[in-house]
Amino acid sequence: MAMAPVPDIQKDGATSVVTIIDYGAGNLRSVVNAIARLGYQSKITNQADDVLAAQALILPGVGAAGDTMANLKQRQLTKPIIQYIWDGRPFLGICIGLQMLLTGTEEGGWHDCLNVIPGKVKRLPDGQKIPHMGWNQVKQVLPHPVFNGIPDETNFYFVHSYYAEIDDESSVIGITDYGTNFCSAIAQGNLVATQFHPERSGEHGLRIYDNFLKLALKEELGRKTGEVI
Amino acid sequence: MLTKRIIPCLDVTGGRVVKGIKYRNLQDAGDPVELAAFYNEQGADEIVFYDITASSDGRETMRDVVERTADQVFIPLTVGGGLRTVDDMRRMLEAGADKVSINTAAVLDPDLITHGAERFGSQCIVLSMDAKRIPDEHPLRWEIFTHTGAGGGKATGRDALEWAVQAVELGAGEIVVNSIDADGTQTGYDVELLRTISEAVTVPVVASGGAGTMEDLYQAVIRGKADAVLAASIFHYGTYSIREVKDYLASRGIPVRL
Repeated sequence: MAMAPVPDIQKDGATSVVTIIDYGAGNLRSVVNAIARLGYQSKITNQADDVLAAQALILPGVGAAGDTMANLKQRQLTKPIIQYIWDGRPFLGICIGLQMLLTGTEEGGWHDCLNVIPGKVKRLPDGQKIPHMGWNQVKQVLPHPVFNGIPDETNFYFVHSYYAEIDDESSVIGITDYGTNFCSAIAQGNLVATQFHPERSGEHGLRIYDNFLKLALKEELGRKTGEVI
Repeated sequence: MLTKRIIPCLDVTGGRVVKGIKYRNLQDAGDPVELAAFYNEQGADEIVFYDITASSDGRETMRDVVERTADQVFIPLTVGGGLRTVDDMRRMLEAGADKVSINTAAVLDPDLITHGAERFGSQCIVLSMDAKRIPDEHPLRWEIFTHTGAGGGKATGRDALEWAVQAVELGAGEIVVNSIDADGTQTGYDVELLRTISEAVTVPVVASGGAGTMEDLYQAVIRGKADAVLAASIFHYGTYSIREVKDYLASRGIPVRL
């Protein structure tokens, strides 16, 4: 008598679709799989209208920051993403998706990024293996609901050679030590971003998505009914 | 602190795992998807699928295995064996692999490393090398062999250290160092080979070939300076569980994810 699992959010009468930005580089499958496991549907898009209409928006990332920026520009997605974030709507950036939020990156020569979080992306210090590849601890320097149910110093999976240096440290919620204590998680209003890959970090990683999506869709529902959350 | 990764490697042909015993909690030890999920639950830090068929039919089957695994295993997945072109790599990455591992194809066409890295990023491109000690050389030297899947392989005349350095310059983001002398012996990794490569390159180095005891894994990290250890038989034959290995390494001061 098995029945198809019904996503929780459907009970609230809303369509719980998570919008994932496809800019032609990153492998989206693992993100889609993680979201599906949690019972949400995803919509993969490269259209500005979809970005602006999203209930929860995810910018995943693999590859080089300069290419990512060029790909976003080519698809005319930079302005809609910036507007969406400035409107204070739920956004999750992953890896390059975190780095893209900053003023600019030093990767492959200076490239301007989206500039919604002041700061710059720099190369990890020499003296250890680069890329920083593997499981490393995230120290929760500020409490945040995206960490609900996740112990401090939990290991998450990282793959990157550059890191974000944030001007305003009050938005840094997680740090990780790899030659330097770098920012591994950011939160600001309804924006959350991680340098690690939650979709590759086992159960705790899935928990990050679950926490984010619960917050995101609650916020959206609240917004629609005019509630103040 | 970055933890040392423990990576079980599954040899797959025709959609089935070649080695492997029957575990109590496992209905079908020959199913790569089920075995990957089992290792994930035990605390594996990554999973490697190695396609030993490497025919085009085999690759289609492998793609399906990767897709089904990626649907339910949320840790990094590397696929190797028989990948010869950027398109071969793309298909595996699209199926859900995080990294692709190339060996013989990279020796025959080193530009494949660069093309893969430019297209997908260095972090996706793993160079796997099979190295054999050259007798009576001081300092020690190792030679690269290709086609090691069948009949001992082909000598290339290429120096392992030089090849590793070149591969990183070309864009490899990680190197798996497999010792032909040690592979299958269960007498320990070639730690001199590991250390020689690991000290010469800036990217992570994965030890492969020869693990028989937990001490061997410890030595690969301490003396071999490996960033990760890959093993097949000790896990598949149930000599040790991944959890046992991790507890052991942790008790000896090596950072692992528990």
